[in-house]
Amino acid sequence: MKTNYIYAYVIMLSLVGCSDNNPTSSTGDNNNLNQQKETKHQGFASISDSESKKNVLQIAIESPQHKTLVSAVEKAELVDVLAAVGPYTVFAPTDEAFKSLPAGTIDELLKPENKTKLQNILQYHVAPGIFTNDKLKNGVTIGVANGGKVTITEKDGKKFVNDAEIIAVVEGSNGNVFVINKVLLPQ
Amino acid sequence: MKKIKLTTVSKISGIALCITGVFITSCQNKGKNGNTVLGGDVASKVYVAPGNYDEFYLFTSGGFSGQVGVYGLPSGRLFKVIPVFSQNTENGYGYSEETKPLLQTSFGFIPWGDAHHPVLSKTDGDADGRWLFINENNTPRIARIDLKTFRTTEIIEIPNSAGNHPSPYCTENTEYLVAGTRFSVPIKKRDVPINSYKESFNGAISLIKVDKETGKMSLAVQIICPPFDYDKNRAGKGVSKDWTFFTCYNSEQSYTMKEINASQNDKDFILAVNWKKAEEYLNAGKAKKMNTPYYHNFFDESTQTAKSEVINEEFILEPKDCPGMLYYIPCPKSPHGVDVSPTGEYIAAGGKLAAMIPVYSYEKMIKAIENKQFDGEIEGIPILKYDAVIAGEVKNPGLGPLHTEFDDKGYGYTSMFLSSEITKWKIGTWEVVDRIPTYYAIGHLCIPGGDSKHPFGKYVIALNKITKDRYLPTGPELTQSAQLIDISGDKMKLLLDFPTVGEPHYAQSIKADILRKNQVKIFKLEENKHPYACKNEKDARVERKGNEVHVYMTTIRSHFAPDNIEGIKVGDIVYFHVTNLEQDWDVPHGFSVQGNNNSELLIMPGETCTLKWEPKQEGVYAFYCTDFCSALHQEMQGYIRVSAKNSNVPLSWKVGND
Repeated sequence: MKTNYIYAYVIMLSLVGCSDNNPTSSTGDNNNLNQQKETKHQGFASISDSESKKNVLQIAIESPQHKTLVSAVEKAELVDVLAAVGPYTVFAPTDEAFKSLPAGTIDELLKPENKTKLQNILQYHVAPGIFTNDKLKNGVTIGVANGGKVTITEKDGKKFVNDAEIIAVVEGSNGNVFVINKVLLPQ
Repeated sequence: MKKIKLTTVSKISGIALCITGVFITSCQNKGKNGNTVLGGDVASKVYVAPGNYDEFYLFTSGGFSGQVGVYGLPSGRLFKVIPVFSQNTENGYGYSEETKPLLQTSFGFIPWGDAHHPVLSKTDGDADGRWLFINENNTPRIARIDLKTFRTTEIIEIPNSAGNHPSPYCTENTEYLVAGTRFSVPIKKRDVPINSYKESFNGAISLIKVDKETGKMSLAVQIICPPFDYDKNRAGKGVSKDWTFFTCYNSEQSYTMKEINASQNDKDFILAVNWKKAEEYLNAGKAKKMNTPYYHNFFDESTQTAKSEVINEEFILEPKDCPGMLYYIPCPKSPHGVDVSPTGEYIAAGGKLAAMIPVYSYEKMIKAIENKQFDGEIEGIPILKYDAVIAGEVKNPGLGPLHTEFDDKGYGYTSMFLSSEITKWKIGTWEVVDRIPTYYAIGHLCIPGGDSKHPFGKYVIALNKITKDRYLPTGPELTQSAQLIDISGDKMKLLLDFPTVGEPHYAQSIKADILRKNQVKIFKLEENKHPYACKNEKDARVERKGNEVHVYMTTIRSHFAPDNIEGIKVGDIVYFHVTNLEQDWDVPHGFSVQGNNNSELLIMPGETCTLKWEPKQEGVYAFYCTDFCSALHQEMQGYIRVSAKNSNVPLSWKVGND
């Protein structure tokens, strides 16, 4: 686990490096009344805030190894949900994890007609409540957002959720992100 | 027709004027429900689309609520009530251990105050968006609100004073704030017969220094003036920047039935104070010391805790020792407002009972002083000749002129209390160019930047004293009311009525952009130096010191640590020191425990707040988060067990199963 923490720390640092995004950008505070009538995009994900700790969505977006996960979250229209107040525990498969799925699986899931299926899979990766790493002990079972359950096991100093290894932990404002090396498939 | 009629009756008598006034008022009221007076697309001028922002912040005093209301303009939407002089159960202000010291005074803890004039700090005569000051009338005090956090961070008491009404109006660069005495009192406080008023009573004019960097206030000096009622103030600017002007009534020096007895003289006064001279006299050692204790309360941002200090010494200047510092300017009929034009050259007064608005010239005032054009003196203070100082009179402005603010096009706007209207007049010609009814009985009025060197002549806000039939009725007690009026064109146009919190006694407004960029979103945990902060859930604990129990508690979505506490005994004083570990904008947590006799705490991200709790009976008490923080907010709760005084239940605490 020690190396995992170091890894997490590296991710955190890279996030800090990215954090100087513009603070006032989107909001339509144009004083011209006519222009004000244009309603800006609303939703948690559109809130401009460079001061708060990152939320789980921002952590995923700014991570170099979660591009597939982020595009899946966008396709499933779960962007605003992940930026909401939570609290969440998120198991976040890496791009490598998605690649190890049978060929064509992810392309198929990203098709509009499979949105419900995709949502079901993604929601299998999110649990209500913030679990810290020390609460994820061998044998702990967690109810997840799609109604299913995942199980934690510990073996040889490694920690797994179902059969996916937890390789890093990043604390977010609205939840914790556990980086995993396999996509969890609802049973 | 109306205008002609007014001109012809103007010289006849006050009574005739009054009748005309009533006639005019009744004519103007015909369109009061907006059916006939509102022309064009008024709605679009106040509409701010969902998710968009207002152009201006408006800070209104809550009057007798003791608080400050924060609104957006042009929408009139209420954003926040900032607790200042009154306790606020909504967030624990004045109840939490950290904020209780802010309400300490030499009279003890005061849970309420009467807030009157919000005044924005200024740099070079324009609002700089750093602080908002506001005076308290009843137990004389001035508060400072930090506009990065919208919180009250300092309150200073004004000794040797009563009815701190002409306050806190700041000088051009916020060098000084002022305080004054609407009710002259014996200085220093002592037991004397009330009928010894003329011999024993005085009115103190105070200068309060403001630290350039921190904003911290200190009482610099008090000037002991004759026992009149010092009522309103406005500092000079530009050419007149070294001066500050007070109105005063009751030059009759009456102390009973003032309604009649203080309205006898044709003229009362404006007191012109050269604050630079006062500073010189103070530095030259002309001041005497007095020892009336007063409180100075200051909120330390790093420890997030307010502290009170008692100061036992103040410096006093007497007018007779300080030539050139004070002058009285005659002013008709119990003047109330006094306001200075953007250049600083003109000083307009509002005589409550006068039939015109006198406007004085600063240049003429200086010349009259140089040429000693005096009409006698009062207790060493020369009285300037009215004719030597007057620049012009705005004739027939309406009835009951009170306050004036200015636009950027050379016009003054004066509120008319009795005839319920705003009168627009031209600087220089003194002619009335427009008037608009207000509903009803306008007191102060506010133009964004209307007291500064650079007003935004877009809106005037009428701050009304009487509401009557303007809204759906709510029993005998009605909301107070403000009105937004467009002044961008030649004719004033009513745009919007909006209800206000408490009495909107006075208001100031500032461009939203100036404040928006400075807003604090969270308090950084690493900067939290609160002595009872608990910055890590693992350090959450309970400590006993005799019968005092200190709970070092943390909150984060969605639990408390600890959430099970045992070993408390009846008779214990329990302090819950709750640190909100969140570092996320707008995720406060609340805290309350069954039977707490004070209020909830509302703890901002990164902040530590303390609730004192004294359980009187054995039992198990529930505590919970009062602010809907997350999807598992309802789960955010815990228990604290209280045992008998002599019980052996050991002190213990936990969160989770371990």
